Parts: sequence; C-alpha cells; structure tokens
Amino acid sequence: MSISESPAPDQTPIETTATTTATADASNAPGGMTFEERRHARNLGISYVVLAGVTALFLTRHEGTATFNLDGGRSFGLPAQGLGWFVAAALAVTAGIQLWRGYGKYTNVVLAMASILVFMSFLSWAAAGRSFSFIGMLASAVTFSTPLIFGACAGIMCERSGVVNIAIEGLLLSGAFTSALVGSIAASWPGLGDSSGFWVGVLAAMIASALLAWLLAWLAIRFKVDQVIVGFFINFFVLGLTSFLSSRVLTENPDYNDTPTLGAWKIPLLERIPILGQILFQQTVFVYSAMLLVVVFTWFLFRSKWGLRTRAVGEHPRAADTLGINVLRLRYRNVILAGAIAGFGGSWWTATIGRFNENITNGRGFIALAVVIVGRWHPVGAISAALLFGLFDSVADKLSLLNTGLPSEFIKMTPYLMTIVVVAGFVGRSRGPKAAGQPYESQ
Amino acid sequence: MELELRGITKRFPGVVANDDVNLRVRGGEVLALVGENGAGKSTLMNVLYGLYKADEGEILIDGVPQHFTSPRDAIAAGIGMVHQHFMLVPVFTVAENVVMGVEPTAFGGIKLDIATARAQVRSISEQYGMHLDPDAKIEDLPVGLQQRVEIIKVLFRDAEIVVFDEPTAVLTPQEIEDFFVIVETLKADGKGIVFITHKLREALRIADRIEVLRRGKTVGEADPTTVKDTELAEMMVGRPVDLVVAKEVREPGPTVLDVRDLTVREPGGRALVDHVSFQVHAGEIVGIAGVQGNGQTELVDALVGLRRIAEGRVALQGTDITEADPRDMHRHGVAHIPEDRQREGIVKDFDVTENLALTAYYTAPLSSGVSIDWGSAREEAARLVDQFDIRTPSVTTPVGTLSGGNQQKVIVARELSRELKLAIACQPTRGIDVGSIEYIHERIVALRDAGVAVLVVSTELDEVMALADRVLVMYRGTIVADLQRASTDHNEVGLYMAGAKESAA
Amino acid sequence: MTAATVDGGSSSGPRGDERTPKAVAFFDRIDAYNNLLLPVLAIVSALVAGAVIIGLTDIDRLKEGDILGILGTIKDAYLALPAGALGSLNGISETIVSATPLILAGLCFAIAARSGLFNIGATGQMFAGGMASVWVGFSMNGPGIVQVPLALLAGIVAGGIWGGIVGFLKARTGAHEVITTIMTNYIAGLLTLWLLKTDAFQQPGKDNPISKTVRPEGRLPDLFFWSDNPALRAHWGFLVAIAGAMFTWWLFERSKIGFELRTFGSNADAARYAGMKPATLTTMAMFIAGAMAGLAGASQVIGTQGYATESFAGSIGFDAIAVALLGRNKPTGIVFAAFLFGILEAGGRRMQLETDIPLDVVLVLRALIVLFIAAPALTRLLWRLKREGGGSALQFRGWGA
Repeated sequence: MSISESPAPDQTPIETTATTTATADASNAPGGMTFEERRHARNLGISYVVLAGVTALFLTRHEGTATFNLDGGRSFGLPAQGLGWFVAAALAVTAGIQLWRGYGKYTNVVLAMASILVFMSFLSWAAAGRSFSFIGMLASAVTFSTPLIFGACAGIMCERSGVVNIAIEGLLLSGAFTSALVGSIAASWPGLGDSSGFWVGVLAAMIASALLAWLLAWLAIRFKVDQVIVGFFINFFVLGLTSFLSSRVLTENPDYNDTPTLGAWKIPLLERIPILGQILFQQTVFVYSAMLLVVVFTWFLFRSKWGLRTRAVGEHPRAADTLGINVLRLRYRNVILAGAIAGFGGSWWTATIGRFNENITNGRGFIALAVVIVGRWHPVGAISAALLFGLFDSVADKLSLLNTGLPSEFIKMTPYLMTIVVVAGFVGRSRGPKAAGQPYESQ
Repeated sequence: MELELRGITKRFPGVVANDDVNLRVRGGEVLALVGENGAGKSTLMNVLYGLYKADEGEILIDGVPQHFTSPRDAIAAGIGMVHQHFMLVPVFTVAENVVMGVEPTAFGGIKLDIATARAQVRSISEQYGMHLDPDAKIEDLPVGLQQRVEIIKVLFRDAEIVVFDEPTAVLTPQEIEDFFVIVETLKADGKGIVFITHKLREALRIADRIEVLRRGKTVGEADPTTVKDTELAEMMVGRPVDLVVAKEVREPGPTVLDVRDLTVREPGGRALVDHVSFQVHAGEIVGIAGVQGNGQTELVDALVGLRRIAEGRVALQGTDITEADPRDMHRHGVAHIPEDRQREGIVKDFDVTENLALTAYYTAPLSSGVSIDWGSAREEAARLVDQFDIRTPSVTTPVGTLSGGNQQKVIVARELSRELKLAIACQPTRGIDVGSIEYIHERIVALRDAGVAVLVVSTELDEVMALADRVLVMYRGTIVADLQRASTDHNEVGLYMAGAKESAA
Repeated sequence: MTAATVDGGSSSGPRGDERTPKAVAFFDRIDAYNNLLLPVLAIVSALVAGAVIIGLTDIDRLKEGDILGILGTIKDAYLALPAGALGSLNGISETIVSATPLILAGLCFAIAARSGLFNIGATGQMFAGGMASVWVGFSMNGPGIVQVPLALLAGIVAGGIWGGIVGFLKARTGAHEVITTIMTNYIAGLLTLWLLKTDAFQQPGKDNPISKTVRPEGRLPDLFFWSDNPALRAHWGFLVAIAGAMFTWWLFERSKIGFELRTFGSNADAARYAGMKPATLTTMAMFIAGAMAGLAGASQVIGTQGYATESFAGSIGFDAIAVALLGRNKPTGIVFAAFLFGILEAGGRRMQLETDIPLDVVLVLRALIVLFIAAPALTRLLWRLKREGGGSALQFRGWGA
C-alpha cells in the first residue's frame, strides 16, 4: 500500500533563469556596489549622454522666445535655442559625473532634475516664438491622471493581497457605464436633482464594479482559474456587455445616457495659492478624492493591522494562514474593495463628459496597470507615475495645437517606452508581491 | 497540559495517510516522532494543527475533545508549530512576523502598535536567551536565527505544546546544539515538545520517549535510553535494514576529474567556493560531506556548467572543461543527478519517455536533423523502465504522478544509462523511501565497479560514509579535509563539518 | 505490490496516486472526453447566458410582459447565426475571412504559451507584420508568384522581430512580457498611425491614414477562384493559416526546438539543467509567435483589404487569446475555435440585420466562452459533472523580480 506524506507541491515560482545568468557573470565589484547597481549607474550615464546629444541636435534648432503663461496674466519667457544649448551642456556634465563616480543617494534627485530640464527645453523648442498656457497644461495633467490613480490604487490593493488584476480596464469601464446609466435614470426620480442623481450613479458604479471584482476573486480563488485569464475575461466581458447595452438600450433611450458634468469645486483659500492653487485646488471632487485616497491608502497599507495582514497575504500566504489569518477571506474583501475604488474612478468619465460612449476608457486601465508597476506597488509611487502619464497626455494635447511638426504619436508613445524602460530594470528594478498570481490552497 | 491524539485516521483518495494513530505528550517532556519519508508524520501534524480534518479519531487536551477547523483553533488551544519550511514573510521584520494575527493595536484596533510589538518580542527573546533584534528583516537573518523567530512566534501565542517538524535539517552542527539547548529550556519551562524527525541519532539524543510511525500506523514506542539505533531503524522500515552498503575495496585508476583552485563568486563578489582543489579517479567514489549551504551546490553547479567559474581550472581526463556548458558536459560523458529533483531533475507535466529523453534528445538515435523520433524514444524508455525497475503504469504516464522514489529512478536511469567518464550525484536519495535508497546506492557502487569516477555530494553524513572511498569535507566554501574512508569515522568528519577542526588538506 | 504502487510522498499530492494501468486508461479516456465535452458545454453555457442577456435587455417587450416574443427573438437570433455564417457560399467565405487571422494570431498566443510566455502582443506583432507586408505589396511590381511570398516573408520577419524584442528583453532583463507586450501594442499602433500619414505609405490624395493599394497580382489569390462573384472575399491567407497550424503541430510534436520550448515552458530550471539555452529559447519563442501574428497581419493587408488602415489589426489580437484558450493551445483546437468565432462574427452580422440585436452580443458570447473554458470547474459545477479539476493549463508566473 502506498502512503502519502503531506503533499508539498513545488510552489516556488520559477524565476527567469535569464536573470540568474545575467547576474552570474558578475565578478569583483568595487566600491560596495553590486553588479546590478553598477549596471544601472552605467546605463544611467549612457542615457544622459544620449539625452545630451538629442538635446543638442534637435532642441537647439528653434530660435525665439517661448512664453509660458501662468495664472493671473503673469508669464515667463525662455529663449529656446539658448536653453537648448545650456541643457545639453548640463546633461553632458551630469553624464560625466554619473559615469565617473555616480551620485550615490542623490541619483534619483539628479535624474528628476535632468528630466525637468529636458522637458522645459523641449517645451521651449515646441513653443518658440509663441505663447503657451503652462499652468493649463499642468492642471490638465492632474485631471488626466485622476482615473489612472483610482485604477492603480485598485490594482495595488489586489496585487498587495496576492491577486493579479489585469481587469482594471474592465472595472473602470463598468464604472463609467453604470454611473452614466444609473445617474441618468436616478436624476429623474422624484426628489432627486441632477446632482444627487449623479451621486446615486456613482454609488451604483461602485457596487457594479465591486460585483465584477467579486466575480474576479471568485473565479480566481474558488476555481483557481489563472488570474491573468480571469482578468482578460472580465475585460472582454465588460467591453462586450457595455457595448451591447449601449447600442441596445442607450441609443434607443437617450434619456438613459445624459448626466450633468461635474464642475470644478474650488477649495477656499488653497485655490488662491499662486500657481499651485490653479493646478491642484480648482479641480473636481474626483481629483481631491484621488489625493485623499492615496494618503489614506498609504497609511492603512503600511501602518495598520489590515495593511500588515494584506501585505503578508500577498508575500507569503501560507505563513499568514498558519497564524490563523483567513487568507481567502482577506483576498475576497480586498479585491471587492478594489473593485469599488475602480468603479468610483470609472465615474470620472461620466463626470467629465456627461455620457457614456462605447469603450470610453480606451485602454486607460492597462495604463493604470503600468502605473502600478512603474510606481512599484506603492500608492505614492503610483500617484507620481500617474501624474507623469497624465503630463504626457496633456503635452500631446497642447502640442497638437502648436503644430510643431513633431508627430503627436511620438509624444503619446513616450510613456509606453518609459514603462518598458522601467520594467526592464534599466533604472532600477521594482519587485512585485511574491505571491501575486498564485492561487492559494490551504493545504 | 496533556495532549492526546486518539485513533486518528486520515484518508486521501486511494491513500490512507494516517491509520488509527495514537499519540500522547505531556508538559515537560520531549516526544520524538520518527518515521521514514512518506510515513505520514506531516499529515498527522497537519491534522493536529487544524490544516487537515481527520476522517476518524479525536484530539484531546487534558481529556477534553477538541474540534480544530483552522490553525486559529489549534493556536487558541495552546498548540504551536515550527514548520520545516519556515513560515516567515521575508520582507517583514522579526516583530512584524511574530505579532501577525494577534497584533497589538491602537486607535480602536486599526493602527498597528509596532512599539508594543517590539517590546514584547524583545522580552520573550531575552527570557529564553535568544538574542534577536525585533527590527531585523527576516531575509537578512541566517536560518538558525530564522528558526528562533519561529520559536518566538509560538511562545508569543502562549503555546503549551510545541511541535517541531524536521527542525535540524537546515541547521549547522553548532546551530543544532544551540537548538537543543533551547528545547531543554522550553522543557524545563513545562512545555510539551513533539520532535518530528527521520534522524534517529537526534531522536535518541533529545527525546524522553520515541514513537515510531510506519506507513501511517504507530508501530511502537521506544525508550531512548535502552533502544539501539538498528532496532529503531528496523521498526521504522519494517524489516532489518542494512545501514552499510555492500562494496569491495578497489584500487582507484587514473585521474578523471581534476579541479584546481576553483572559485565561484556571488554577484556581490563574495566567494561561495573558495580556491577548491581535488581529484576524482576512475573507479573511485569521492563523497563531499558538509552542512547545507557551505558551497556544495555552487561547486557542483560550477562543475557541470550551470554557474560561471570565476577563477581556477577544471579538467576532465586532461581536457580543459572550465568554460564548458551543461550540453558540453553531457557530450563529454558526465552524468549529473541534480540536488533538487522537482526543480531541475524532472518536468512533472512530461511523460516518462520525455523525461528519460530530457538530456539526450538531441543525439542519435533519438534525433536526426531537426526532428525527434519519438517512436525509438519510447522503445528506449521501455527498456530503461525495465532495467532500472521504475514502477510506472506506462512510458506515457506523466512523471508528476509517480512517487518521489520512482521519479528519482527516472533521473538515475536517464543519467547513468550511457557511456560515462564521470557521474556527479547530488543528494541522490533525498526524500525517498528506503527501498529506492538501497537501489540507488547499489547502482552508484556498480558504476564505480565499472570504472567510472563518481562524485557524491550529500548533506546526510551517513550517506557519504556509506558510499565514499574518500571523503572531502566542505566548510564555508573551502575543502577542510580530504580523508580516506577506511581511516576515518563519523566523529572526525562531523568535527570537520562543524568547522571545529582544521587540517592541512 | 502492483506495478502502479506508489511508495512515497508524491509531488502530485494524494489525488490520483493510486492509478492502476486500467485506471489510467480510463482517466485518459476521461481526458479526451473533457477535451471534447468541455468546449461543447462551454459553448452551450455561453449561448444560454447570452440568451438571458438578450432577453433581459429587450426592455419594450419586458414591459409588456411578452415572454413569448422575447423567446422568439432569441430563437431568431440563434438561428440567424449559423444561417448567416454557413447558409450560403458567401456566408462561408465571410466565416473564413474572419477565421483566417484568428487562426494565425491564436497560434501566436499558443506558441508563446506553451513556451511559458503570456504573449498578449499579437496586436502589435500584427501591425508590424502587416505594415512590412503592405509596403512590399504596394512598392513591388513583380509577378504574384514572387511578390506574394516576399510580402508574406516580410510579414513573418517584421512580426517576428517585433515579438522577438519582447523575448529578448525578457531574457536579458526579466521584464515581464504581459507589461511589455501591452506597451509594444500601443507603440506599434501609434507607429502605424504615424507611418500611414507619411508620404512613403499614405495613399496619394487622401487625408485620412490609409496606405497605398496593393495591385491585384500582389494580393493573396481568391480561395473561390472559380467563382467571379466579387463578394467572395476569402483568400489564400486561409491556406497560409492551415499551413501555420501544421507547422505548429510539427514544431511541438516532432521537432527538437519544439521539445526545448515545451521543456522551457514547463520547467525553466530543468531546461537549463538539460543544456538548453533559456535566453535563446525565450527570444526564439517570441520570434516564432510574433512571426505567426505577422502573417495574420500580412493576410489582412495583402489578402482581405489590399491596403492598410490604422485599425487592420482590430481586436483580432485579443480575440485570438480567447481562440487559443478555447482550442487549448493545440493547433487543431485553434483551427476549430477560430472557425467558431468566425461563425459568430459572420453570422452575427446577419443576426444584427434580421433581429436588431447588436453585433456586440458576439463579444459577450466570446467572453463567456472564454470564461467557461478557463474555469472547467465552474462549467462542471453548472452541469453537475463529477471529477473536480483545478485551474487552467496556463499558470501566471508572477511579475518576476
């Protein structure tokens, strides 16, 4: 007869052997830096050289002064050509120092400053001889980043508890659809105005996306379907269903697809801060909610009991289980909560546009997924990455008005290229929760 | 406190893992539960810890029946478990790992009160002399200290019965001694200890009573002060076990493998294998002994081409193979039985044929041009299944459904069934049943008798001592001893393994 | 002890350890049963769920309580599907037109999946292949027998390189392919849009992004060459797709490289141990997969359309994932699954005409089919079938630090 010891299926994720080979050829590393760190430092140095070259070659071609309009009629001007040469030179020096001895703990600060310089030089080049609403661009960057922040926070909440969420797109889309439909219908209920009706719609959106998230969790946890495939199913399903419903129900009943757009709500006092006021504090409730969400979520994730357990379940579910933490229940809860957040984020489209169109989210959910990874599974990292993505959106928007001859496609492409650079680890690798993607079996 | 398991039966489809098992342990005593791999020890403990539900039988604490549906219940009843594979979150601190699940909180149970957690961990750590920094990250701690974190976790939850599942497998000899000291302290403190092991020597050393489990049944109890290890082994396996491998003395032939000043470095530059030199001769079994993590894995990976050699040279019958990759080594007639069967040795979803073809699929007669002739591969597989006594329903059965012992035989058949100059076997018998162990040992000796040079790497000292003609001991990346088997003993090798003795090897 | 006795802690867990030879044969039959029965049940489940959705959204009839009317619509819709897709030569032709790129893109996903990679970059690889192919197509003036193979080759190479980049990045840096393929899809889409507005590609006299047209000799010949009905759009791209499926079968069942890819896909460490080269295999798998998608793109531009637009890849890349899952990553399965999707697509248009049910319902049906295929346990539960089975064949490997 045969007797089985407790089965110990080999659950260690197979790491790419490629990385092992890559690190295996490390030899003596001087200066206390690991091989990886030295490689990053070198890559960064080379990037500076390339950037300096590009700046000198292209961004010095336009003459004239670019005028950047700020708020209240103020503005500042930058000489495009002069700035181009200055930035190229500064980058060359930066590259030299980077390659020679590096910046140690200031590496990222230097990188950020260099990026800002290149960015300003680029804008001056584009707007040379003309004027350009600088503040407007930054404010719309914040606006554009809002749904990304909600989507990314939803993603982080799932992945931190060990469930990969490719379905952010679908959850946002269902939020957009539901808020438009229910918001429109609720507005006509007796006693509810347009505005209260809208918020009823938002609540419904949160519920709808939470239900879909529950479906995701149920399939992934109860039936152990691969989480990436479940995510894809949700995306397919929501796209199909909302398109179907929109052509079958909304087109025939236009009343069902007509909500008020949400106006800006200026925060007293704060809105009067020069520059920042117009960028951050003359926005809609959605923008403020996003900022608040990031603060609250960060605190909870790293300072609360819930956060400790959530992170444990995402890193080493068995350890949590053996301490009596109900892994599956926590995963269910977090995924559903994440769904509600994404549903709220989806309502942003309704609030901004006042109606639902087929596939209105247009892949923003996938960008939110990239934001999760570029932001290294941290809410603060995510908001930074989201703002950066939003910035590129708004630059592409503004630049098409300036008619610079530079195809807007290339500007739109930048964040995608940047994401590849980040996940390829050229500027330091980010590590995801260990157990993300693996179904958990309690023995 | 007294814990009693009464008539525990646990069935899996087609398998009875525990069959009417009875067990009793009191506070202040150490019970050793011994049995060979697959005897049902871990299943029993998972039942006790609420991870499995028993089909029959009951768990009693101080005579009161208990109903455990999750570890939470077991913990609440005063049972703590130190798992074989540590249940620690590597990126968390010691304090975070310890308090998880029973966190001290502030703000109405929302905020994690990490300051209190830290203080509590420090106080337990000091009480038992374990010297742990509550703020250290687990991933930065050596395994010995990680185990202490596990013990603190158990004590933090006020466990009265502490179960240790194969606790010494990953420890160095000193760490094992330290561990036994902690066990004595716990015992003196009135805790009941269950010590699960398959190492008889350790059971005899620490236990007050020994319970033997065989094929899911309790086959008897032994008194460590009177029982002999051969008697215990016989109880464990169910028949007389010859702990000695039968082999004759042979004169070694010419040098086959010549390793000179071989050094392997980790990415940071630290040497994992540090200027190691040795030879293996034709018709000789050289055993490498050492506690896990002293560079054996890296040494073998470097020899077979899975890891870059930083310095030094390796030659096979005079041919330089320092830069060879695994494919080159295969072509040169080197067999490699990998340390981790599941991870490297087999592909679980593949059938027996495919696994037997895994390293030779590119050579004739299996392959011609760009394609593989699966027909002749299956014929060859059928021959090997027969020759190596692999118990499988057919050659198209997925290997993942075979037992550990038969999986290992698939690897052995694949690696040893061709013209060889050198065979490198790492942990060739880890985690398999005694029958398969004996079979594989016979094969290795037969290989030597056929004139092949054999290198056996094992952390089981008994295995090295049983097989080797010559014993090398690795300690901290260097070879600290080169001893003739005939003129050494367990004691001497053990001292070298512990780094307690230096020699001019 | 019988031959099947297992004597130790098996890795596969307690379940199924005790298979006697007879039992194994039985289970093998069950597996075959599952391989056929499960897809059928999945499709039926999806159709039922789809019917419920159609019914619940028929608001006017619901208000009147006209249940019979609703059932009638559903019946009409589901009858229109096969009738539209298979009821005429034209319908069959349209089904083939839809199925052709789905087969190739489905093979693209399957090849990567069996090598352990989750390639959702078929869209981008189609763009790369299609643009290269259409460029050869409209700039060459040679005879079809030279030009068409060259255009296909261009598609293979360009798609292969576009996919290979992802593989190379994964091999060298560990960048996870799910993320990099999403990004390369966007990049390929934007590059295509830009290219179609450049002088090199844009059709003279046009404002919108559309490429120059491929001469009739440079296009893939008609499949129904004996008929001169211009509405029969099916072309030799279908034969290319079938050849692709046969190649894929040979690759995984007979070739050395296919064995290496499968080994790598199942256990990368074992592949390395066995002397295979994981970095090369990763790049190679993505190259071959990309080449298939490149062919799908080529078949669209030099077969179906004769020119390129910014949307010639459409949602094929994503639909193909569903096709591959439904076909269980096996070439034959993929061909059948692609046909089913083609039927839904071609029949869906007729359904839209006849019953006013939007074509989008096909998207819902596809999604549901994927669900029931990916969650066999759910389907078994719904149909009260015995034998619990877990998960899906694919397993995500984490983000890979």
